[in-house]
Amino acid sequence: MARLGSYLHRHPRLRLAGLLSAPLLWLVVAYLGALAVLLVSAFWTVNGFTGEVVRQFSLGNFRTILTEEVYRNVALRSLGVAAAVTVICVVVAVPMAFFMAKVAAARSRHWLVIAILTPLWASYLVKAYAWRILLANNGPMDTLFGGPGYGLPATILVLAYMWLPYMILPVYAGLERLPDSLLEASADLGARAGRTFRSVILPILIPSVFAGSIFTFSLSLGDYITVQIVGGKTQLIGNLVYANIGAANNLPFAAAIATVPVLIMVIYLLAVRRSGALEEL
Amino acid sequence: MTLSAPARWALRAVMALGLTFIYVPLLLVLINSFNGDRTFAWPPHDLTTRWWSAAWANDGARQALLTSVQAGLGATAIALVLGTMIAFAVQRFRFFGRDTISLLVVLPIALPGIVTGIALDSAWRSVMGDLGISKGMFSIIVGHATFCVVTVYNNVLARLRRTGTNLEEASADLGASGFQTFRYVTFPLIRSALLAGGLLAFALSFDEIIVTTFTAGPGVTTLPIWIFNNLFRPNQAPVVNVVAAVLIVLSVIPVWLAQRIAGPQAGAGRT
Repeated sequence: MARLGSYLHRHPRLRLAGLLSAPLLWLVVAYLGALAVLLVSAFWTVNGFTGEVVRQFSLGNFRTILTEEVYRNVALRSLGVAAAVTVICVVVAVPMAFFMAKVAAARSRHWLVIAILTPLWASYLVKAYAWRILLANNGPMDTLFGGPGYGLPATILVLAYMWLPYMILPVYAGLERLPDSLLEASADLGARAGRTFRSVILPILIPSVFAGSIFTFSLSLGDYITVQIVGGKTQLIGNLVYANIGAANNLPFAAAIATVPVLIMVIYLLAVRRSGALEEL
Repeated sequence: MTLSAPARWALRAVMALGLTFIYVPLLLVLINSFNGDRTFAWPPHDLTTRWWSAAWANDGARQALLTSVQAGLGATAIALVLGTMIAFAVQRFRFFGRDTISLLVVLPIALPGIVTGIALDSAWRSVMGDLGISKGMFSIIVGHATFCVVTVYNNVLARLRRTGTNLEEASADLGASGFQTFRYVTFPLIRSALLAGGLLAFALSFDEIIVTTFTAGPGVTTLPIWIFNNLFRPNQAPVVNVVAAVLIVLSVIPVWLAQRIAGPQAGAGRT
């Protein structure tokens, strides 16, 4: 044991290899491997008569997705929902996080963080279920505001509700790192609130907001459960994937549709990487 | 910071409204679990605890809870081992592809759950099925562990960055073997980070429905899947309501534990 230890101590490369082997094997084989299978099977087709998967290269699935209007509409709608949810989360989260980090007293700051954290641990389904009751016919929302009922607006509202803490927490963490003295210095130098916001706060805010948006955007893009619970007849990409893998039993086509959110997310991740958002995660 | 009084009040109001928005739906579920009306007509009336006893006696819910706990423990154990190993590799070594590895760890939660789910599903159908390994608890644990690694990784990495290597070097200088150093110096330093990361991993696994739907074999029901299956059945509504209420109440426990273990910043979000 001791001899092995000192041998490893003299050979850092070996130590590194030992540390990396198991996790990399897992992530590359179980995860990237699965993604690769997904990508490959997107080019397969299903025999219309037997329902068997035909393992033969074909661009048919992608042609269908690109040419049929239904799929284009669903993809655009999903993008729109993800963007709307992200914007709502930013608009609500930034003032809340700013209050928590810079206005609230140090003592209450701690409790506010807990208050934001706690609902994260309440189950996703419980929250969707709560909104199903809230939005029901003759339910509280209907009685108070006369709407919106189940449908696309409800989907956006509930998804924004679900992912709000994922936006508040990184923004709060970013603002908390910003020293108060910088804000005071900015004021001493004669900057008004607007100027301080643009020149001092915004550069801190942007990477944090992008970090939060990775979650709000990605989680909204792939969601189909909330859509089923409060979305009425609304269909997003996730619902199409689910329908094709379940009822239609067309795994290749489902795989082809699933490449759409992957593509969107990869482009999105590459776009926000330059802002330093990934280090904020 | 110097803000005008109206600005302070506006911010305070936004904070209060935001917290109301966050908590009202959860409170509603809690209140509703005592609603005597089977259809949950609003406002609630005839307050009763009979739904709670009905839920307690529900075998399906209990079995699902047990399955969820088993899957969560399995996934957490794997995530703890793998996440810690990557965190040490990334923090203590400089090597080619280091950034790619951190991206690879984040990817399973950065990509939509349905992608992870269908990827594992298609891999299972095309490869594992041919090897004779069918879906079941094992495939659920594999799926969950894959996206749970990141929580342990992030917590341990943050801790390693903060503690540095001075203490370990001192330990080695004083003649401790590598094993002793790990046992008496390194492990106690990262223990609370492991607990916080493991807690988060367990919660993530416990809550996951999309990946689970795609990786669970027939007949394996986790608690989220059970809730979802019963959500649209009117005669099950009271029991679903109580299970939901229980999960809301239980959500206080991990937060409280994380506070005790690692201070207020621990357990922030999925990461």
